[in-house]
Amino acid sequence: MNQSSKSPASSAQAEEAGTSTLGKIRTASKDPFFWSNWIVVVAFVLVVLVFGIIAPHTYLTLYNLNNILVASAIPAIIVVGQTFVVATAGIDLSVSSMMTLGAVIFGLTFTNNWPLWSCALAATAVGGIGGLLNGAIIALRKINDFIVTLGMLSVAAGMALVFSNGRPRQIVSAPLARLAIGGFGQIPYLMLIALVIAISAHFVLFNTRFGTHILATGGDPEAARAMGVSIRKVKIAVYGISGTLAGFAAILTISRIGAAEPAANTSILLNSVAAVVLGGVSLFGGRGTVFGPFVATLLLQSLTNGLTVVGVADYYQYVSIGLVVILSAALVRTK
Amino acid sequence: MMGAVPEYAIEVRDIRKAFGSVEALRGVSISARPGEVTAIVGDNGAGKSTLIKCISGVYSADSGEIRIDGKLVHFTTPEESRSFGIETVYQTLGLIEDLTIWQNLFLNREKMKGVGFFRILNKSAMRDEAASMLRNLDVYIPSIKSRVRGLSGGQRQAVAISRAAGWGSKVVIMDEPTAALGVRETAKVEDLIQRMKGQGLAILLISHNFDQVLRLADHVWVMRQGNVMAGMRASDTSGDELVALITGTSAGRK
Repeated sequence: MNQSSKSPASSAQAEEAGTSTLGKIRTASKDPFFWSNWIVVVAFVLVVLVFGIIAPHTYLTLYNLNNILVASAIPAIIVVGQTFVVATAGIDLSVSSMMTLGAVIFGLTFTNNWPLWSCALAATAVGGIGGLLNGAIIALRKINDFIVTLGMLSVAAGMALVFSNGRPRQIVSAPLARLAIGGFGQIPYLMLIALVIAISAHFVLFNTRFGTHILATGGDPEAARAMGVSIRKVKIAVYGISGTLAGFAAILTISRIGAAEPAANTSILLNSVAAVVLGGVSLFGGRGTVFGPFVATLLLQSLTNGLTVVGVADYYQYVSIGLVVILSAALVRTK
Repeated sequence: MMGAVPEYAIEVRDIRKAFGSVEALRGVSISARPGEVTAIVGDNGAGKSTLIKCISGVYSADSGEIRIDGKLVHFTTPEESRSFGIETVYQTLGLIEDLTIWQNLFLNREKMKGVGFFRILNKSAMRDEAASMLRNLDVYIPSIKSRVRGLSGGQRQAVAISRAAGWGSKVVIMDEPTAALGVRETAKVEDLIQRMKGQGLAILLISHNFDQVLRLADHVWVMRQGNVMAGMRASDTSGDELVALITGTSAGRK
């Protein structure tokens, strides 16, 4: 979120710039966060406008916009975890296979007639345990996060195949189906869940001690340690959160497709890293918002959806998403 | 100086520290009075850094004792050292560039509000208090809400020093506080150190700049090869004498 919106008028800066809205915008505009957040919003609006003009009767329909929101929900939840990890200057490459493993565990428990809530809990817990394991290995053994989570990507994907025998399981559940189809007004339930998670994450990042320590850890681990911040705890916690959210997202995936599939959904991983970069989170850590990556997720889904609607073949969509990511990273870099 | 108040804010006695077979400190004793700047000078490798790291809790000494306000204290971590009122301003300053000034001042000492599990940052209280921490030392910074990234070297130093001075601390250790600064900024930081003196803090100053030491310090300790060669009032010594003591051409006095 832009910084001006959370500034009480009593602060020194507001006194200086005047408490007018204009003054607040002026001071906020000097903050690099402000721009990286609004660029992604502008880009999002542009994408919607362009496709809206090209295909007004297929793209800009309530039905299609609803589709975009539903499709954005799962990557948006994953991206929240990735944002926390990247804010500490780490990266979690295991999110997609952790989600797959969560889905398989859900399927396994569900077919063993566990109650629905305990299946959901099991899926989330498996993700959380995997994430904590990532964090513990990275923080305690001081091993490169890229290597550890890349290894975990393979471990979790393999375990998903082992537990499922490589076969998808159909999940027939009325409550889960309602979750996928229903909504509150025009907002699908899935998006509502993603919104609640994103807002909570924003709150944690900017209004709790833990959030400040995440940014401090990413910004300058040496300085943070000198002030007594436990880098280890912060690292373990962010990977734990990322894994937990991946496990949780598995529940939504199952509700959407009605099955637990052991196949890894690699586009989720690309999407999460892309949205984090697009959303203005520094890959070197210490700088970032939840709002930026969230909007970036909407942007990427609108783009994919738009390309499908105007009839661009799937293969080209991979190319275009990849290009958008590289382009946006280049933009952020030169700024 | 004697009476109800102990004479020394910090007293270090016979500190020894070896790294393997290398004796970095061979029985170092120094002291610093409240409201004074106490300089520690010495060539590279004389043991100054090891000494301040023992005092700030980064290293634990092999033997010897440290007294704060006359009371014997023991600590093995920087946090414990800090809890006895010892603050250190490192050369690298320890500021997080992407956090704001007030976030840096309160890093890991955040003020919270709310009860039980729902405890959130009390931002307005931290901003207000951060502003008054800087004001107490007459540090002028355009806004405590600016990020450290945008500050000049002198401003950063001022923020780091204010943080060290602002926590009811008794002893502030400064490692080469003006090494990276220009002339004007150095003068400002020196003014700041004078004001801290006025507030009754004991300041341990590590500096290679003899002019600065003679200008700021009340007392000077000279170290060489892990020993204290001399300790004297700054008014009783000269740059030439300090150089002679540091290089070893003068045998030293205590």
